[in-house]
Amino acid sequence: MYTFNYDILWGYRWLFLNGTLVTIGLTIGIIVLGLLLGLIAGLAQLSRFAVLRWVSWLYIELFRCTPLLVQLLWFYYALPILVGIQIDAVTASVLTLSLYGGSFYAEVIRGGVVSIEPGQTEAGLALGMTPARVMRRIVLPQAVKRMIPPLMNQSIIQFKNTSLVSVVAVPDLLYQGQVAATDTFRPLEVYSIVALIYFVVLVPLTAVVKRAERKLQVSH
Amino acid sequence: MNTPKIEVAALKKQFGDHVVLRDINLKIDPGAVVALIGPSGSGKSTLLRCLNLLVVPNGGRIRIGSDAFDFDGAKAMPKPKAQAKFRSNTGMVFQHFNLFPHMTVLQNVMEGPVSAKNMHKGEAEAIARRLLAKVGLADKADAFPNRLSGGQKQRVAIARALAMEPEVMLFDEATSALDPELVSEVLSVMRDLAAEGMTMIIVTHEIAFAREVADRVVFMRDGVIVEEGPAREVIDNPRQEATRSFLSHFHTRN
Ligand SMILES: Nc1ncnc2c1ncn2[C@@H]1O[C@H](COP(=O)(O)OP(=O)(O)OP(=O)(O)O)[C@@H](O)[C@H]1O
Ligand SMILES: [Mg+2]
Repeated sequence: MYTFNYDILWGYRWLFLNGTLVTIGLTIGIIVLGLLLGLIAGLAQLSRFAVLRWVSWLYIELFRCTPLLVQLLWFYYALPILVGIQIDAVTASVLTLSLYGGSFYAEVIRGGVVSIEPGQTEAGLALGMTPARVMRRIVLPQAVKRMIPPLMNQSIIQFKNTSLVSVVAVPDLLYQGQVAATDTFRPLEVYSIVALIYFVVLVPLTAVVKRAERKLQVSH
Repeated sequence: MNTPKIEVAALKKQFGDHVVLRDINLKIDPGAVVALIGPSGSGKSTLLRCLNLLVVPNGGRIRIGSDAFDFDGAKAMPKPKAQAKFRSNTGMVFQHFNLFPHMTVLQNVMEGPVSAKNMHKGEAEAIARRLLAKVGLADKADAFPNRLSGGQKQRVAIARALAMEPEVMLFDEATSALDPELVSEVLSVMRDLAAEGMTMIIVTHEIAFAREVADRVVFMRDGVIVEEGPAREVIDNPRQEATRSFLSHFHTRN
């Protein structure tokens, strides 16, 4: 029978804390950048210019329909050969995860915008507002409310996706866990703790999303 | 004779193969009130929506005040800025109000001047409050639209359109979505506007109202204007068989 020994992990507490902070920092970065990309790509999907629609479609499908791990390895190992500059692991990770997240955010944002009834746009246009103004003042404020729960869901997935960056040696929570596991020969304890930390951070967040979804249903 | 406020010439619109407006010619004098009537699907809404470019015509010419656009299939659409300027000169009132639900009544009415004319908030608020008083809703300024009755919503929508100080007001079945007891409060606001000399085109099924308030009646069927003339003449003694048959479906209430 295996005897658990969680005591030896205490010596690694700063390592875990450090890894957790890196994971959280990385998540915040890729959410912010991803939302920006998603907004641009989502609105480009609705543009009256065919080129913009086509380019954004290509971007969205490329990143939605290839595995994230493949994308990460490609950006870290292949892109530098193509462009001739070395990209450090953190940059490659942030870039990949932001682009990946952005492609999913884009679909949420596009969907939120088209869910607003056309009469709202027509009323804005009829007043003499430009289409861009109508989008910013009339459509987006209403659409954002509907987008929040799915955007939060996607962001929770993004938090978990950051664990992939350990394969290119970004010192996130999972990477530090691997270090600790190799040091201690205690993978069972170490990976259980790692999983628990992800879990403890995310459970309150999913509760917040549930609340947001419920509130949205009430207001309809 | 006055130069007409609105001039529509050889206007055409089709959706795919479906021709909805065939060859519409219309002149409307400043201050005139025109009721546009006709069976469902005859193209009334499409004509109204062409007049403020919510629908882009396939051919013809539209002039409202001093702004004119020529349409022909080959030419590119006017730029969004030019379209916006054109639209700001016509107020549109929709059947389903289309108020902005995320804004208060006051903000709804201020939105045009602030967003389309870049007017200062203070000035826009003064205009909005004056117009809300005019439509009898001064006390609802801070309410959100979902707190209002249908009649109140439509009166806010009228105030919102008027805030742009348009030369022309277009009404597309402004009372059709209202409970019967709420129709009169909206019609009364429209009646006041007509009396003040606003140039108006009213798409309506309220034949009695058209007869009372409109100077002229235009009867449309299948994308063409079948008959046009002074309101009472057209409604009381239609010349065309199609007009007669359409009007016979309404029990005139007077
Ligand atoms: N965006 C569109 N795409 C395709 N067909 C359209 C569109 N808008 C209107 N139509 C068609 O054009 C015809 C005229 O429609 P329109 O709404 O102008 O009629 P209407 O006279 O306003 O009728 P109603 O009294 O029912 O409102 C209808 O056959 C309608 O199906
Ligand atoms: Mg109609």
